[in-house]
Amino acid sequence: MPVKTGPSSTSPRADAEPTPGGAVPHRARPAAPSVIEFRGVEKRYDVGAVGLDQATFSIQRGEWVFLVGSTGSGKSTVMRLLIKELEPTAGTIHVAGKDLGEITRKRVPYYRRNIGVVFQDFKLLPNRTVHDNVAYALQVTGGTRKEIRAKVPDILRLTGLSTKLHNYPDQLSGGEQQRVAIARAFVNHPPLLLADEPTGNLDPETSIGIMQLLYRINRAGTTVVIATHDNAMVDKMRRRVIELQQGRIVRDEATGSYVRDESTREFAVRMRDGLPESPPTVEKR
Amino acid sequence: MKLGFFMREASRALRRNAAPSFAALATVLLTMLVVGVFIPIVQATTGAANDVRKRVLVDVYLVRGATQRDADRVRQQLLDTPNVKRVEFVSKQDAYQQQRKKDPEAFALLGANPLPDTFRVTPENPDDVLKIAAALAPEAAGGGHTPIDRAIDEVRTRRDDTTKILEVTRFVKLMAGTLAALLIAASIFLIANTIRLSLYARRREVEVMKLVGATDWFIRWPFVIEGIIVGALGTLLAILLLAVGKIAIIDPLASDFSLISAPETMPFTILIAVMMAAGIAISAVGSAVSLRRFLRV
Repeated sequence: MPVKTGPSSTSPRADAEPTPGGAVPHRARPAAPSVIEFRGVEKRYDVGAVGLDQATFSIQRGEWVFLVGSTGSGKSTVMRLLIKELEPTAGTIHVAGKDLGEITRKRVPYYRRNIGVVFQDFKLLPNRTVHDNVAYALQVTGGTRKEIRAKVPDILRLTGLSTKLHNYPDQLSGGEQQRVAIARAFVNHPPLLLADEPTGNLDPETSIGIMQLLYRINRAGTTVVIATHDNAMVDKMRRRVIELQQGRIVRDEATGSYVRDESTREFAVRMRDGLPESPPTVEKR
Repeated sequence: MKLGFFMREASRALRRNAAPSFAALATVLLTMLVVGVFIPIVQATTGAANDVRKRVLVDVYLVRGATQRDADRVRQQLLDTPNVKRVEFVSKQDAYQQQRKKDPEAFALLGANPLPDTFRVTPENPDDVLKIAAALAPEAAGGGHTPIDRAIDEVRTRRDDTTKILEVTRFVKLMAGTLAALLIAASIFLIANTIRLSLYARRREVEVMKLVGATDWFIRWPFVIEGIIVGALGTLLAILLLAVGKIAIIDPLASDFSLISAPETMPFTILIAVMMAAGIAISAVGSAVSLRRFLRV
């Protein structure tokens, strides 16, 4: 399910009555579908709690989007809907032009291979080394040994884990574990990367390192969606922010100047700005 | 094609989860040991009970001086009686020979042969023995029994013994059957439960695999192979222990105790084949089935 390249939409917000893939007469629509498109999505849990209420938005290819809101606002619900761990009670979700409601239970694993997912609690396999954790994502898709030998060291170098190849997750720091999780999520080069509170368990300095890594991945063309409640981080990043409150979208805007062409180093310097006594910037590569 | 990968995954899981794997192995070993001891015991018991039941016969004594024609006629009548399986003729000479062998001195004193010609009637089903007797010698008005043929002197069933034997053996067989069923059910649940426990400890792992995009069978195969290895190994150890027990204890005693060498006991080779198949199947299927609830992510 490759994401088609195409002109990106001028409006990040989804239309209320769009025709899937087609054109709405009075407004120019992009030929290529958005990477993510929520239309009136509603999720009510069995106990009666509202996870998501009439959420409508779309995210274009290559975008970097923050999902913010307090606990229980529906950030995680959005994530879990996107990896089809949950089914919406109403509305439709399209990812790369595909209606998630049409994916059968059997096809879900194949769908998930096109999405990299990073969690707050890393979710690494405890009885595998760093190398094997990343390799597992390739083995799942039927990757050959040759492929694994070619790709895994590469991605581990990118994430700065080359020296930790044969360590087990419990021998790594939180930041290193999260890097492994990102390496695993990105080793297949998915067009979409979801991160649910990726820095929730990490200290500010380590968090910047992780954000830097995600930024590098984003610059390579991958759409990145991050759920977080780290407002300081969000403010500094000056990216599109979708704010949720009790399952409703209360804000959806691209904050400030949307700096696209910023090197990873510049990015890191700007992020550290104002951070108390930050150590000298050391790039992993 | 991916068999090598799945095998490596299974052996890695066994090594990295040594304690739960050992617990599962020990459970399989113990239950299989108990099953392996109990199956022959149940079989010997029911075999012995059946043996006793076979001895339930109807003896038809002919009158003294019955001719060969009388004997042939009675035999035909006996064969025509419902529920009769087999009719065996024991002539007075044969009976004399047999009895004299048992107690030569007493028969030497007798001098002449006091025994009558006899038919031994084997019923189709031991429970029908009284019906046959009633058919051969219906109750007469006076309270006695009148045989259906004048050449028949008496029809004997040893009524009291017969009913007792039938009741006791029926109870023994029922008990053995119930115990066997309970034991097999308990073994299956015990093994399945141990496997479920060790899987429960690894449910997070399964969840992560699903999130990375592994298909159900991609996750399941290593677990099934793991189950096969644990089941095979546990059963193999149980069989080895059983073989040692059989050679050291049962075989030397077999010549002295009829129960042990009861004819209907399963041969050892078939017993271990059945155990092996059951051990592997329960462990493998148990793994696959227990995994199902953790795969729903």
